[in-house]
Amino acid sequence: MSEATGRKSDSLSAHAREEIDRWLERYPSDQRQSAVLAALQEVQHENGGFLTRELMDGVADYIGMPEIAVYEVASFYSMFELKPVGRHSISVCTNISCMLCGSDDILEYIEKKLGIKLGESTADGKFFLKKEEECLAACRSAPMMQVDHVYYEDLTPAKVDEILDKLE
Amino acid sequence: MSEDLLNIEINGQPLQARRGAMIIEAADAAGIQIPRFCYHKKLSVAANCRMCLVEVEKAPKPLPACATPVADGMKVRTRSALARDGQRSVMEFLLINHPLDCPICDQGGECELQDVAMGFGGDISRFQERKRVVKDKDIGPLIATDMTRCIHCTRCVRFGEEIAGVRELGATGRGEDMEIGTFVEKSVDSELSGNVIDLCPVGALTSKPFRYSARSWEMVQRSTIAAHDAVGSNLHVHVRRNRVMRVVPRENEDVNETWISDRDRFSYEGLYSEDRLSAPAIKRGGSWADVDWDVALDFAANGIRRVVAERGAQQLGALASPNSTLEELCLLQKLLRGMGSSNVDHRLRQADFSDQDVAPLFPWLGQSIADLELLDAVLLVGADVRKEQPLINNRLRKAALRGAGIMVVNALEPNFNYPTEAAMIVPPGDMPGVLAGIAKALGVRGGKRDKLLESAQVEPAHEAIAERLKNAGRASVLVGAFATSHPQAADLRALAGLICEAADAALGYLPAGANGAGAWLAGALPHRGPAGQMLADAGADAQAMMHDGLAGYVLLGVEPELDCWDSAAASNSLREADFVVALTAYRTSEMDEYADVLLPVSLFAETSGTFVNAEGRWQSFEAVAAPVGDARPGWRVLRVLGNLLDLEGFVYTDSQQIRDELKDKVGEARADNNAAWREPSRLDGKRSGLTRIGDVPVYAVDPVVRRGKALQGTRDACDARLGLNATVAAKLGLQQGDRARVTQEGGEVVLEVELDTRVPDDCVHVRAGVPGSVGLGPCIGEIKISKA
Repeated sequence: MSEATGRKSDSLSAHAREEIDRWLERYPSDQRQSAVLAALQEVQHENGGFLTRELMDGVADYIGMPEIAVYEVASFYSMFELKPVGRHSISVCTNISCMLCGSDDILEYIEKKLGIKLGESTADGKFFLKKEEECLAACRSAPMMQVDHVYYEDLTPAKVDEILDKLE
Repeated sequence: MSEDLLNIEINGQPLQARRGAMIIEAADAAGIQIPRFCYHKKLSVAANCRMCLVEVEKAPKPLPACATPVADGMKVRTRSALARDGQRSVMEFLLINHPLDCPICDQGGECELQDVAMGFGGDISRFQERKRVVKDKDIGPLIATDMTRCIHCTRCVRFGEEIAGVRELGATGRGEDMEIGTFVEKSVDSELSGNVIDLCPVGALTSKPFRYSARSWEMVQRSTIAAHDAVGSNLHVHVRRNRVMRVVPRENEDVNETWISDRDRFSYEGLYSEDRLSAPAIKRGGSWADVDWDVALDFAANGIRRVVAERGAQQLGALASPNSTLEELCLLQKLLRGMGSSNVDHRLRQADFSDQDVAPLFPWLGQSIADLELLDAVLLVGADVRKEQPLINNRLRKAALRGAGIMVVNALEPNFNYPTEAAMIVPPGDMPGVLAGIAKALGVRGGKRDKLLESAQVEPAHEAIAERLKNAGRASVLVGAFATSHPQAADLRALAGLICEAADAALGYLPAGANGAGAWLAGALPHRGPAGQMLADAGADAQAMMHDGLAGYVLLGVEPELDCWDSAAASNSLREADFVVALTAYRTSEMDEYADVLLPVSLFAETSGTFVNAEGRWQSFEAVAAPVGDARPGWRVLRVLGNLLDLEGFVYTDSQQIRDELKDKVGEARADNNAAWREPSRLDGKRSGLTRIGDVPVYAVDPVVRRGKALQGTRDACDARLGLNATVAAKLGLQQGDRARVTQEGGEVVLEVELDTRVPDDCVHVRAGVPGSVGLGPCIGEIKISKA
């Protein structure tokens, strides 16, 4: 078949390539696929919190693995989003420790405050309330949530207001 | 090896098993049934369905038989209470999300899940909740999906990765959301894709053309041999009321293992194409009339007689498809020779016959198909094995994954499904030069060779290939379809021979069609009779017959405008001939024009016969389905023609007599490729202007495949286009999507321009064997392009 212009990995930024290269160095040269998780995280981060098919195909081409294998990884792990989402990703832990300490109330409060349900993003594209996050290993200070890459613990509605209102 | 055998016991039965074998292998070898879904002997162990749980003494819980290696003294129980309880529980889990609607499932009646549930499952389900539903996917015209039925055994995924060599299917999502599919809208394009239909233990992946057309218990399973490539895959044909409903593989470890190519699986649709010729027809006074067989045969015999009487026997010629049976080919050459003509040939896509006198008994693979796996280095000369002989490619792929160096000399780089070590992609005219470079690097010298090779340039890449071939434990040079149709094919063969001699490699040919080897043995050649018998006066070869034009032709299973090297010459010669007899399964408008009598003959599955495959294996088969309409087996038609023409030696009551007679003649004679080539004559092809690269796409190789509806819907089915690289396009002032006028020796067509980086400089890619290029000249030769 004829090749259109360029390669699929052209969808990756120079910075993303550098980052992926850095991860590739850590693995044996015949096991480049080991870098796929880090690569997808980097690419998702640059893209405003979600992956597109072009970006996944780009990672597949750059690392040298079948595209479907990248889709498998991206669709398996909950930290990858495959549809456009709000800028700030909120994950409220609802696992046992947090649940016993009132995470359901916290979640309900956030849903009301933002006017969205689990798995949805606000209309202004500011917040994304992530669905069913598993235990984030901060049980000693439950209930907790993760906003973007930061943990917030011992949550109360007031504390939630303070955290979310600060965000741009 | 005895120290590698361990003693184990399954169900109280003492057995011996290879060290490292899994329990399930030992049980299978002893005929002890263990239920399974994900395990398949040709695929890696996944151990994800857990259906094969068995009790192993001293193990605290049931173990999966597919992933538990045998140990000395191991005692296994497959039907104990613990094992059965485990199996029953797994079955219950598997059925949680599986629809229980077998009556409307295409797999019903031949479903592993159904069978195992009957044998090992419980009789009720305790699951009251909602079952999950998975959307079906459209993965192309060959495979139908019903993904709600999928039990996630991942056989299809592993097949793609491990056998087909392209990961097209995968398991995306997780937990309850896991789905098997392509994730994105995409068709599954592997040339072996249909095998996932057999592998799928449930009704998730089924045959699209066969879907909802018959139940397994309505059909009879019969055996035959595939009729499209030189592998000669063993087939089971499923027949209902004498009609072929579908084709599946018949296991033969030496030939096709457990697989078949999509071409062999789906081509049967071509048997029932609308343009199938169902009754004999003759042309009288310019108009066609359907007639009885007697009338048609008399008409044909009289026409042949008239040609010989009025124009001389040398004006009569026969062209046969290399997919014809040994018996048909044998009788065809007998008929021609009985009439006094040796103008008979099956090498329709060949142009250079200059070395035919020194050719081996029949050009063959030079080794067994299974032995290809053991090669350490392979040089493929003008061979796109992946598409031409998919299961030979499968063997080479195994060799490549083992570390063999696969190297390529070709005009168009084939798309491989394994890594290649070197690829010399050059214009066709430079291919001899490349082989000469490799030969020179190997130190070939002596006699006339010195002078010839003096001019050969040895590039570092040639040296690398030479080194690799020489240092390999087992090496082979395989000459494929493109090299065979090269205008300097004899030089390519000769140079390949020199390389093999110097590198101690086996020279192998990939014969054309399903019976290219058999056609040589049958004597469907102008210069040799049956069993390689040398003839004093050689007749005209296929090319000469088409180029010089004869007064009368007998065609056997050929559509010359598509099947011949030079489409324009073929059409012209036939149109100008006085009398043309076509033994054909189809009726086309071209035939109506050039032929005088059409005799409907049976296709594969409808006739008994024999194919000789690339490794020289004679495989005979019986007719398994009724011919369409009034069609009759080709050998019978030729026998009657022989009788009507008062020829001797046409007294046969069945096709086996013809085969046995030939087999006696061949005796123990073996073909030896290695010594059978003449010295190469020249290195450089004459070159001026552009050269056409006219390969034949995988689903255009013969009349039956060309009519396989589903196959024609795949991505591999492609019509002619004008493929060229950007440099050539710029020179011609052409851009992607332009229409261009393509001219060759008087023939002209208009084609769409497609930029393709794979096409070398000074060349254009215009496929042969497809409607769009009918009327053009040589499939490899000079070509003129201008903007339309």
